[in-house]
Amino acid sequence: MAKGIVTFEQEKCKGCNLCVEYCPKHILYQDKKEFNEAGYNIIKISNPDLCIGCAFCAIMCPDSVIKVEVVDS
Amino acid sequence: MTIKYQKTKGLTDKPLTYCPGCTHGISHKLVAEVLEELGVLGKTVGVASVGCSVYAYEFFNCDMQQAPHGRACAEATGIKRVLPNHIVFTYQGDGDLASIGIAETIHAANRGENITVIFINNAIYGMTGGQMAPTSLIGQKTTTSQEGRQASIHGNPIKISEIFSQIEGVAYLERVALYDPKHVISAKKAIKKAFEYQIAKKGFTMIEILSSCPVNWGMNPIDALKWVEKEMTKVYPLGVFKDKGDIYET
Amino acid sequence: MSKLLMKGNEAIALAAIKGGVDAFFGYPITPQNEIPEYLSKYLLEQNKVFVQAESEIAAINMVYGASGAGARVMTSSSSPGIALKQEGISYLCGSELPCVIVSVMRGGPGLGGIQPSQADYYQATRGGGNGDYQVLVYAPETIQETIDILKESFDIADIYRNPVMILVDGLIGQMMESVELDKPKKNRKILKKDYTTCGTDFHQGGKNVINSLFLDPVKLEAHNHHLYEKYQMIKKQETQVETIGLDDCQYVIVAYGTMARITRSAIKSLKEKGIKVGMIRPITLWPYPKKAFELIPKSCQGILCAEMSMGQMLDDVQISNKGRFPVAFFGRVGGMVPEPEEIVDAILNFDQKVVD
Repeated sequence: MAKGIVTFEQEKCKGCNLCVEYCPKHILYQDKKEFNEAGYNIIKISNPDLCIGCAFCAIMCPDSVIKVEVVDS
Repeated sequence: MTIKYQKTKGLTDKPLTYCPGCTHGISHKLVAEVLEELGVLGKTVGVASVGCSVYAYEFFNCDMQQAPHGRACAEATGIKRVLPNHIVFTYQGDGDLASIGIAETIHAANRGENITVIFINNAIYGMTGGQMAPTSLIGQKTTTSQEGRQASIHGNPIKISEIFSQIEGVAYLERVALYDPKHVISAKKAIKKAFEYQIAKKGFTMIEILSSCPVNWGMNPIDALKWVEKEMTKVYPLGVFKDKGDIYET
Repeated sequence: MSKLLMKGNEAIALAAIKGGVDAFFGYPITPQNEIPEYLSKYLLEQNKVFVQAESEIAAINMVYGASGAGARVMTSSSSPGIALKQEGISYLCGSELPCVIVSVMRGGPGLGGIQPSQADYYQATRGGGNGDYQVLVYAPETIQETIDILKESFDIADIYRNPVMILVDGLIGQMMESVELDKPKKNRKILKKDYTTCGTDFHQGGKNVINSLFLDPVKLEAHNHHLYEKYQMIKKQETQVETIGLDDCQYVIVAYGTMARITRSAIKSLKEKGIKVGMIRPITLWPYPKKAFELIPKSCQGILCAEMSMGQMLDDVQISNKGRFPVAFFGRVGGMVPEPEEIVDAILNFDQKVVD
């Protein structure tokens, strides 16, 4: 059961991959086949159930593309 | 469900004009979050400088002034002297602060102006296409030091935090970096402290942020952050260089 | 009203306070040091702002910041220092910020000398900063006129959202005359400043930005046209000139500031010799009072442009003349201040002084 829920504003993503690199659970990846209006390959979550809600992805995102919510325990 | 992290109200809706993975975006977020959390956005005036961050006046959600290259600290002085109870900050790169603006920056610090300076040190001139900065490292290849920076003709990298730590008017001075989440969180704490010292009228505060320039360094954003971690911190060690003490003392 | 015997620079400082200055930023340079010195005492006594900046460049940028934040601001300097301020003046005009700049001219170019001069006419009216912009430039001839204009200049700067320059020379700055500081000034309507960066809590309508950057050329062109519409209004409403004895004159002398005062004595001497000479004394150098030249009668034999320079106002004299009369030039430079007899001689030997 995921502790955290991550949503991306894909149209604002610049495909820099910092979120992918710094996710401690390695559940983010860049989809090389899909891209947004600006032409950047967007980021997807491979296994959302493993998200611990640390928000490292959102902390590193230079464009404030990511929102992280945590399930109340 | 609680929101753990979302875009701060301290930034406007305008999409940032920075390169993918450029740490300007992270620095902007941290300053904006701190101003929002301190509840001072409505009485803050920021000064945008000249460099990649020239459009900072579009991104911060508070009154902003645009300064000529290097002059941000003089402009901030003018603003703060006539609005002494407002929060005033500058956001400057290494060309703006350490090259053309070094006199204005040193003297604002020396007068102990109650302003907060956010100094983005990415060891290069980004906006103009990758020329050498006063902060470029020895051996670093740039468009105006194509064989690599040599001390004999270019001088050595200028260590701003070390120099400013000698100045009496400086109340808080810390060098931070953004190369992983732990350091980003730590950088935010430093920025918050700097603004808290301004609110307490302690004097001049500055946070030097070791930043990346993936495009002009010729690296991808992740490798660029690793270069900050491995190479820049050798020349620019992280840490607190000046702290005038407990802000709650009377 | 009681009069005081006062040095020019001191009167400038006190007139600024009477004009409502909130903040002064400056740097020492001869021959205007009494201005920052007096303000350093008087402004702090009134809990207002005084900063001796680290340079003239820093000072003009402090002016920019404080003006953008809504304050009435002034700086002062002399020729080489005004040269340093050119970048800041361009930015102030481009960002539409009001301020008052006092320039006390000395000999140049370069480090030059410290004696009086009028060799910054080009610097003041043609600008040394980049881009299309204008500064409203006043050239008073007496300390009293300097006081009266300076007091009003803060209002004028606010109305037009533009820098105003008071251009005097070292003689006016250093001499002493009896003056009244409290003559009433013209009542002008000044709107509340809604554009200033005083914090979004303190004004309406979202955040305010003070800026001169317009990367979109369509927007930058429109901005330039907007500035020039403003300058057209200033030309219509603020041009000032004094004309003396033009009616049936044989010659006209065009002079401003200290040179105009010397010219008055020369005109008296020439009258005693039976030569009728009139004077056109521009009070605003920009906008230049071109229309005054239309008052010169056909009987006039020539126009003498008299300046303490190698001939900078000469261009505007020739433009305003439109080829109607021969134009001659008399000048002293390097800090040399002429005697009235030299101007008398110039008129008596007019033909030798005619320029192409």
